[in-house]
Amino acid sequence: MLSIKNLHAKVEDHDILKGLNLEVKAGEVHAIMGPNGAGKSTLASVLAGKDGYEVTEGSVDFDGKNLLELETEDRAKEGLFLAFQYPVEIPGVSNVNFLRTAINEIREYRKEEPISAKDFMARVREKSALVELDAKLASRAVNEGFSGGEKKRNEIFQMAMLEPKLAILDETDSGLDIDALRIVANGVNKLKNKNNAVIIITHYQRLLDYIIPDYVHVLADGKIVKTGPKELALELEEKGYDWIHETA
Amino acid sequence: MEAVQENKVVQFTEGWKQPENLRSIRKEAKQALNAMDFPTTRVEDWKYTRTTRITNKTFTQQDAQVEVDEFKIDNLKCHELVFVNGFFDEQSSTLLEDAGLSIKGIETLDEEAYAELLEDTEENVFSLINKAYSTGGLYIHQEKNKKANYPVHIIHVTTGNSVIANVRHFVEVEQGAELYVITSYNSKNAIDCFNNVVFEGLVGENASLTIDKLQTEEQTVFNISKENFIQDPSSRFLMNTITTGGLLVRNGVNILVEGANCYSEINGVYLGRGKQHLDNHTFIDHLYEHCTSSETYKGVMDDSSTGVFNGKVIVRQDAQKIEAYQSNGNILLSDKSSVNSKPELEIYADDVRCSHGSTTGQLDEDALFYLQARGINKKSAQKLLVAAFIGEVLDKIKNEDTRAHVDKLFLDQFGWEF
Repeated sequence: MLSIKNLHAKVEDHDILKGLNLEVKAGEVHAIMGPNGAGKSTLASVLAGKDGYEVTEGSVDFDGKNLLELETEDRAKEGLFLAFQYPVEIPGVSNVNFLRTAINEIREYRKEEPISAKDFMARVREKSALVELDAKLASRAVNEGFSGGEKKRNEIFQMAMLEPKLAILDETDSGLDIDALRIVANGVNKLKNKNNAVIIITHYQRLLDYIIPDYVHVLADGKIVKTGPKELALELEEKGYDWIHETA
Repeated sequence: MEAVQENKVVQFTEGWKQPENLRSIRKEAKQALNAMDFPTTRVEDWKYTRTTRITNKTFTQQDAQVEVDEFKIDNLKCHELVFVNGFFDEQSSTLLEDAGLSIKGIETLDEEAYAELLEDTEENVFSLINKAYSTGGLYIHQEKNKKANYPVHIIHVTTGNSVIANVRHFVEVEQGAELYVITSYNSKNAIDCFNNVVFEGLVGENASLTIDKLQTEEQTVFNISKENFIQDPSSRFLMNTITTGGLLVRNGVNILVEGANCYSEINGVYLGRGKQHLDNHTFIDHLYEHCTSSETYKGVMDDSSTGVFNGKVIVRQDAQKIEAYQSNGNILLSDKSSVNSKPELEIYADDVRCSHGSTTGQLDEDALFYLQARGINKKSAQKLLVAAFIGEVLDKIKNEDTRAHVDKLFLDQFGWEF
C-alpha cells in the first residue's frame, strides 16, 4: 500500500529525513517510535503534503500513485488520513459541515454520487458514538473550545467518517488521560480491517498496549534504524532510546 | 479683464436642476457649496480615499425606467419603494396596508423642523451637493407606540451613462415605535454612475430602528453615502452594511446618541475584488450615560482591491457608565490587496468600559492545511474559512428572508455557502 524508499527531506536548511525506508501493506499496523527530533512528525507532514517541507531525494508510492506529486487534498482523496498531533481550532466552521464538504469532494473525485443528508447524519451518529464524542461537539465549530482529549477523539471521529485506506496517527496519545487513550484506541481498533492500514507515530509505548502493532520501527536521526515485533516497544520503554544508538 | 477662477464644486454640478421644493434648505446648501472644495487626501477624513476619480468626471441627472423585480427580496412581504437614478418610480413601488406607518416624499417634511432637527449632524461637500440637488427621497414616519406591520425596502437602481443619483431619505420612528428598513443599492448596465446618498433618521424615546443596507452595484458605479441618525433616550438602533459592489464606495454612518440608556449597534461586511475601493467610516458620539454601543466590521479583500475602516467613538464627559466596543478584522486574499484600518476612541468620562481592536492578515495557513488534509480543495477550503470569518457579522441580519437574500448573493457572486 505504502512504499517509502530512501526518503530525504529538509525544513528550511535542516536535513531531517536522511534516507528513510518503510513498507506498509494492507491489514498492517506499524508503530514508529523514536526520540524527540528524530523526524517522526516531519515524516507525517511530508506524507500529508504540508508546505515548508522539501523532499530532496527518494520516492513515496501510495497504491501505485506517486504520492509526492499529489496536492494535499488529493492525497486525502486517494485515502490518506493524518490525525494531527495538534488539531487546529477553526472558529465558525462547523465540524459536520466541513466533513460533509470533505466527503462529497472525495466522492466527486471517485466519481460517486454525493451523500444524502439522511445517510450523512446516520453516519455522524454512528461514528461519533464509536469514539464517545458528544453529538453536540460533532456539530460545533471544528475543535473550538474542545479539551485536549476531545480534540484527539474528534480526529478519530473524522477518520471514522472518511474511512481512509491509510491512517497516520501523529502522537495521538500525547496529552490523553488513560480513559481517553482507551476510547481513542478502541475507536482505531474497530475501524481496522484487512483492507486498511495504520501508522502510529508515538513517543511512548503506552498506546501500543491498546493498539497492537505488527511492526515497531525505531526512527533516529532521520532513518529507520531498527525494526522488530511488538516486543521491541517494550524493550525501548525499558532501556530508552540510547540503547538503540549503542547497538546500531 | 479679470480671470474668474471657477469653483470646482459649482462646475461639478453645472447644468443640474434643483426641484421646486425644500427651497430654503437647497438654497442654503448651494450657498455653502460656493465656498467649498472637494476633499483631497491631505484631509485626514479622506486620507485613504481619493475622490478625484469621481469629481474629475461629469455626471448628469437622468430619469429612466428599469425592470426591478430581480432586486426584490424573495418571500419578503414588505413595502417596496423604488428609485431609479435618484427619481421615485411610483409604478414599480408597492405600499401595503400599514396603519401606523406613513411613507411620503421627503418634500412633505416641514422645512424648518427638518433643518432644526439635523442642526447638529455633520455635513460634507457630497451631502451638501445632495441637499441642494436631490431629485427624490422618502419621509418615512412610524407612529408612536406602534410596530410597523411590514418592513420597508427602498430599492435603488442606477442605470445608464454618467448618471448622478442624488437621493435623500428621512426616517422618523416615534416614541415606543418599531421599524425595519432595508436599503439596497443596485445597478443595471450602469457606466460611470454616481450614487450620492443621504439617509437620515430620528429614533424616538424607547423606539427601535433596524436597517440592513445592501450595496451590490456593478463595478462601474461610485457610491458615497452619508447616514446620520439621532437616538433619543432608551432607544435602540441597529444597522448592518453589506458591501460587495461598486468601484469606489464610501460609507459614513454617524450616530448621535442624545439620551441615556441607548443601545447602538453598527456592523459591516465588505468584500473587495478587482480594483474596488471600499471605505467605511463610522462615528458614534456618546453624550449621555448608561449607553452601550457595539461595532463589528469585517473585510475580505482579493485581487488589487483596497479597504478602509475608520471607526471613531467619542465618550463625552457626562457619558458615564458607557460600554463601547469596536472591532475591525480583515483578511487579504492576494498580495496586491490592502486595507487601512483606524479604530479611534476618545474618552472624556472616567467610568466607562471601552475596547477597540483591529486585525489584518491572511487566511490561517494551518487551518487551510487542516481542511485540505481532509480532502477539501484549496479553493473550497478558502471559501469555508472566509464564510466562517464573515458569518459572525451576517448573523446580525435578523430577518430570515433578508438573510437568505444575502446568502444567495454570496453564493451567486462568490460561490460561498453559509
